[in-house]
Amino acid sequence: MNRDWPLWEVFVRSRGGLSHKHVGSVHAPDSELAVRHARDTYTRRMEGVSLWVVKSADIVASDPDQAGPMFAPAEDKVYRHPTFYEIPPEVKHI
Amino acid sequence: MYTTEMGKPDPAKVASIGGEDPALLEAFEARVAADEFIEPKDWMPDAYRRTLVRQISQHAHSEIVGMLPEGNWLTRAPSLRRKAVLLAKVQDEGGHGLYLYCAAETLGTSREQMIEALHSGKAKYSTIFNYPTLTWADIGAIGWLVDGAAIMNQVPLQRTSYGPYARAMVKVCKEESFHQRQGYEIMIAMANGTPEQKAMAQDALNRWWWPSLMMFGPSDENSPNTAQSMRWRIKRDTNDELRQKFVDITVPQAEFLGLTVPDPDLVWNEAKGGYDFGEVDWEEFYAVVRGEGPVAKERMEARRKAWDDGAWVREAALAHEAKRTARAAA
Amino acid sequence: MPSLPTIQPEDVATAERASHAGNFDAPALDQHRDAIADYALRLGDDALILGQRLTEWCGHAPQLEIDLSLANLGLDLIGQATLLLGLAGELEGQGRDADALAFHRDVLAFRNCLMVEQPNGDFARTIARQFLFSTYQAALYEALQHSAAPRLAEIAAKAVKEVRYHADLAADWVIRLGDGSEESRQRMIDGLDWHWRFVDELFQMDAVEQALVDAAIGVDKAALRPGFDDVVGRVLTNATLPLPVYPRAVVGGRKGHHSEHLGHLLAVMQFLPRAYPDATW
Repeated sequence: MNRDWPLWEVFVRSRGGLSHKHVGSVHAPDSELAVRHARDTYTRRMEGVSLWVVKSADIVASDPDQAGPMFAPAEDKVYRHPTFYEIPPEVKHI
Repeated sequence: MYTTEMGKPDPAKVASIGGEDPALLEAFEARVAADEFIEPKDWMPDAYRRTLVRQISQHAHSEIVGMLPEGNWLTRAPSLRRKAVLLAKVQDEGGHGLYLYCAAETLGTSREQMIEALHSGKAKYSTIFNYPTLTWADIGAIGWLVDGAAIMNQVPLQRTSYGPYARAMVKVCKEESFHQRQGYEIMIAMANGTPEQKAMAQDALNRWWWPSLMMFGPSDENSPNTAQSMRWRIKRDTNDELRQKFVDITVPQAEFLGLTVPDPDLVWNEAKGGYDFGEVDWEEFYAVVRGEGPVAKERMEARRKAWDDGAWVREAALAHEAKRTARAAA
Repeated sequence: MPSLPTIQPEDVATAERASHAGNFDAPALDQHRDAIADYALRLGDDALILGQRLTEWCGHAPQLEIDLSLANLGLDLIGQATLLLGLAGELEGQGRDADALAFHRDVLAFRNCLMVEQPNGDFARTIARQFLFSTYQAALYEALQHSAAPRLAEIAAKAVKEVRYHADLAADWVIRLGDGSEESRQRMIDGLDWHWRFVDELFQMDAVEQALVDAAIGVDKAALRPGFDDVVGRVLTNATLPLPVYPRAVVGGRKGHHSEHLGHLLAVMQFLPRAYPDATW
């Protein structure tokens, strides 16, 4: 048998109140060691207070070739943003 | 973090670029020229992918093999502080190898494939690690010169066009900021120490100076891949530009230590605002690239032994997971 | 010599009104000064020698991720050694700092247990050593956090978090190797077998340590044994491994009677400071 350990994506919460953020990946034979490997690789400099790992193969990603249909339609929906609306300057707190 | 572009001109590459869909290729080139990042699932020319796999895996191999010369002094570090610092540094290099292998894996090559390419002698790594570490001063010289040269190379790579590579480099650069300083600190202690320590420091500089200059790779006229790599933003400065910058920064640091740079042709050139320096021994460089460095055999043997001796551990962990999964399913 | 601040009349008045409870415990600790120094030396030597062994793995581990894990353990242990030997040197009062103690003593003056000086062997033997020793060390530091000697308590409180992780990581590997492949199972059995004769020494008490236990400074190691046996039994059961049979124990490390291996370890580790005694590094 000559097989690579599966790849896991690592997400770190850098401090309380923040979301987990993708920081990289590790190889591990199982989920428990994946957490340990993530800890020993990505939090050696006090980078985090919490870790997530997920098998890379389990991540479902959008197709970059479909980036147009996926994301371009949002471009002209400027009315979703507060700056779209004109409020007279003398009106405060809005 | 160590990288040297050591590829020979690759005629297949030109052909394959010719074979790509011109519209896709044009769009790709435009994105790169606009300093956009290319991500793993994006379309990319085959030659770009292959060049990147070679460069990133070489980079990763250099980190892993680079653990050995310094690791050679871990058990003999002369104080508890030096021991802890060196262990942390060598461990960082392992971590950097890990980040880089992961970046290369996003291009569709497994880490195991890359490691096997290294062990079979097919893949290259930085020439510098095929020189031996003879005294403790070599640990200082490696941190100061080798990491110093590496920093020149890697800082621009934080803006390289391939996203996963650039992100790995950002992490690497941040973590490596202490590596060169710890090396120079060792050199200060040695250069200001007993006569024996001073002699070790000078001897280390004598042995590591030229191999450090070689780390930047062949001169520009002999570096045919540079133009393409720079256009693709995989490389951001030429070998000779970086080498010049390194000499200009490092010579005053040697002077501060009271050590002599082993180059009789070294002289300040007021007109160009930099040093003129002697020619690297390119025959030696190419010999080391061919795998004939003084301790190349030892380095490869150590890597293969670690990998082969560890095979049963890697297999056992998979076997355990398979059993556990089977038990859970039952 | 700078003058001391003058004691004002109002300071004296405050002192008069202050509570008369409590006692001066410094003399009590002082009476144990040499014993605490010896105790810190034992703990520090354990950490130093095991840390030194772990550095030998760096760059040679079975997998990159394992290399990083082992280096982390080594760094924790070298850090603990630095604090503990520093304390030992200070209490001893002969002007020796942590480095002097680490690099300028010979075999007979080292106080570490025999287990930590054992050669790494294969990964299974290294894991067996780490599992047995860290499980013991975690229980020890857990108790030592409550020592009446504040410096020891402080070091233990910091180190216990590190060592709990070491013990858990090693246990994870004992389980994977024990219940992995046929080959890994046999190697794990052999690894545990190598170290089993050194387990008793971990819990051995002597007059020095007993006096410190009586003063609420040291830990009653004999009392830690049932907890240790529990953990080991549980992990070995999970690993589907048989409990090794206890052979006649090999002891002596705490008195400086070591295995043949320590001399070689020291020859390597101490080479530079010994060869160049006038140098600073």
